[in-house]
Amino acid sequence: MSAPMTPTLELRGVSKSFPGAKALDDVSFSVRKGEVVGLIGENGAGKSTVLKILNGIYQPDSGTVLVNGKPTILTSPRNAFDNGVAMVFQEQSIIQNLSVAENISLGREQEFISYGLISKSRMNAAAAEELKKVRLEIHPGKRCADLSFADRQMVEIAKALSLDRRMAGQVTILLDEPTSVLEKAEIGLLFDIIGDIKERTAIVFISHRIEEVLDITDRTFVMRDGRVVAEMPTTEATIPDLHFHMVGRQLQQEYYRESRQTVPQAERLMDVRNLSKIGAFENVSFTLHAGEVIGIAGVIGSGREELAKCLAGHTRFDGGTLSIGDEQIVFSGPHDAVSRGIGLVPAERKVEGIVTSFTVAENITLSALPAFTKNGVIDFARESAVSENWVKQLRIKTPSISTLVSGLSGGNQQKVVLAKWRVAGVRIVILDHPTRGIDVGAKEDVYDLVREMTADGFAIILLGDTLNEVIGLSSRILVMRDGAVVETFDAPTGGKPDQVDLVRYMV
Amino acid sequence: MRAQPAHRASVMGRWRDWAPLAVLVVLCLVISLFNGNFLTIGNLLRLLNSAAIPLVLCMGTTFVILMGSIDLSIEGVVAVTAVMVSLLVVNDISPISIGLWAVPLAILVGGILGFLNGFLHVRLKTPSFMTTLGVGFAGIGVATAVLGGFTARISDQTFRFLSLGRVFDVPMAVWIALGAIIIAYIIQERTRIGRWVYAIGTDEVTARNAGIPVERTRIMVFMIAGLFYGLGGVLLAAQFGQGHALISQGRLFTAITAVVVGGTALSGGVGSILNSVVGVLIVVTLANGMVLMGIEPYVQQGVQGILIIIAVALSLDRSRLDVVK
Repeated sequence: MSAPMTPTLELRGVSKSFPGAKALDDVSFSVRKGEVVGLIGENGAGKSTVLKILNGIYQPDSGTVLVNGKPTILTSPRNAFDNGVAMVFQEQSIIQNLSVAENISLGREQEFISYGLISKSRMNAAAAEELKKVRLEIHPGKRCADLSFADRQMVEIAKALSLDRRMAGQVTILLDEPTSVLEKAEIGLLFDIIGDIKERTAIVFISHRIEEVLDITDRTFVMRDGRVVAEMPTTEATIPDLHFHMVGRQLQQEYYRESRQTVPQAERLMDVRNLSKIGAFENVSFTLHAGEVIGIAGVIGSGREELAKCLAGHTRFDGGTLSIGDEQIVFSGPHDAVSRGIGLVPAERKVEGIVTSFTVAENITLSALPAFTKNGVIDFARESAVSENWVKQLRIKTPSISTLVSGLSGGNQQKVVLAKWRVAGVRIVILDHPTRGIDVGAKEDVYDLVREMTADGFAIILLGDTLNEVIGLSSRILVMRDGAVVETFDAPTGGKPDQVDLVRYMV
Repeated sequence: MRAQPAHRASVMGRWRDWAPLAVLVVLCLVISLFNGNFLTIGNLLRLLNSAAIPLVLCMGTTFVILMGSIDLSIEGVVAVTAVMVSLLVVNDISPISIGLWAVPLAILVGGILGFLNGFLHVRLKTPSFMTTLGVGFAGIGVATAVLGGFTARISDQTFRFLSLGRVFDVPMAVWIALGAIIIAYIIQERTRIGRWVYAIGTDEVTARNAGIPVERTRIMVFMIAGLFYGLGGVLLAAQFGQGHALISQGRLFTAITAVVVGGTALSGGVGSILNSVVGVLIVVTLANGMVLMGIEPYVQQGVQGILIIIAVALSLDRSRLDVVK
């Protein structure tokens, strides 16, 4: 392959910021016809932002996007498509009640229209060509709702490949975690297809599974903290190498308040034995003690998010037991979990954690409202007193307790959620990405809160935003992969495990 | 592991596809057991005749509901067009008479009101139920104001032929409804708008990403619905030989009930024109059967109310719903 060929798609010095966070910092990236380029990095490293810029969903704040060497502004996914860039989404974008052919040509029916009517036979014939490319032997007139999940994924890919017919050559296909929803045999098929189309197209391949990236790609970019930290021909890359680049910097101990990490007490708050949920996780066992922080590490699809929801009573488990104290429990719903002392601080704060149209005080007392009512009427004086107290204790920065919580910064909103659970008498707090999307100062506040809570005898289950955070905050770490706990690490102050060790079990 | 839920969903989907038709067949059998007159040619024609106007109206409503929106303006638009057409043919109030030219004109006015629905809904970003409720009420107001509360009596026999005339012994209204069904079916199956309605109703983000002009499509769909309501208004005036503001009373509820009973989901993306045809036949057959069985009118209304709630409850895929508002 001649190296100096013009890249089909290129980013030059691209930066992108969102309120409170710099997502990309001076990123340069390129992919040429005939090669498969891998893009790897931890959650939040900036991979998906790169994809969204390549696909026209976001526009860069600075830097240039070049299509076939020409600076181009991609205004929308459709515009990107017309410029020869197609994306296969991780979540399927198939319209179930349309046929396979109708999905493949959705939004581009014009070429099949004569006298105002769509010619289904011509549309089906064109779709049949695309289906051949993905080796899918189904009738293009079949309704997508009647296809299996894997077949729908192949239709999704066929839809992206239909570009190749209309663009005569300069086509880039973006594959966002295409393997995370496929079984082994289907992954093999996908790799065969990539091999088939590689000659004619440029392919960007994103995956959490490093082995797959080593298998299928020609060149690999590693991202960390919004930057490209390494670029290498895949033949020269090794797994430990890539792990090192992904994780990078060393731990700064005091950032995570390690000296204040508490030693777990003898009191058992929660006991989980062989907990399983079909399709999500299986045979998870651990014991949570007062004063303990259990961190759960794992990539998307490892089952840790599902486990957290299950422990908070949002979903039911199918097998195993869960005990609070000495009592075996099956939660009837989140409210049941709360009444037994378990509170979830969700990742989607705005959606699940706070009621944005309520004041600080109303949010703080929300889950314990019955305790603040007398004869069915809310005792506002007590509500104010309790709220004032927590605002002071947790150093929530708010003009007053009657300020709407939507006006607070992300970090302070997070504190309001924590205050809510403490008022509700929760002993076990499940933190799902507690520092996602909040600035560094607020992050440190959250770390302080974690230490204060464990000192007060709380127990915490943590799904950290980064591996560093999990290692820094936890006293014990469960590593999950494909729904199972594959390894457990003790992480006492001064004896933290190495990130590379964890990553080895995660991917 | 992953394939299983998809498979189960498709079996469920098939069951849902055929359930409305099964209900219709069972309903017919049950009624004919109670009353031998039900399955006579005469009664079936009467039944089809009473289904004609709901069918025409439903052809419009179905597209709107498939898109995940709702159209509550039916009665208002129908009243305006019925009153308008009654004043443009030979009648006892206005001296104007343009004969059958009044028909395309009324349909056009229906389309304009539908366009207004869509335009306001999209441009002002007001929820469709509120926008169309407002336009519908305004329509009733206009119809009332034009006639000042009076009724226009139509004496134009050519015009009344549109509903009462018979071709091959079948009332004209039924033929016109059949035409409306065919047109709607072609729109659904063979035009871009038809495909895009499903895409928008299922997942608007995907639709937008595919380059579908979502706003324009929405406006177009409300306009198409308005055209069908205009035709409905024409048929109603021709049937009763009158035009007045309250002529369309009760049509909204019947239309929405029929669409939903037919198996088109209020959440959008699921259903079809043919589902609505079956839905209308269920509703009309039930009403007809209750009359034959001598059930009191007020009880009949109650039955219709219960029917729509059962239909909505059955049509929801509750496993996919987190929040119901």
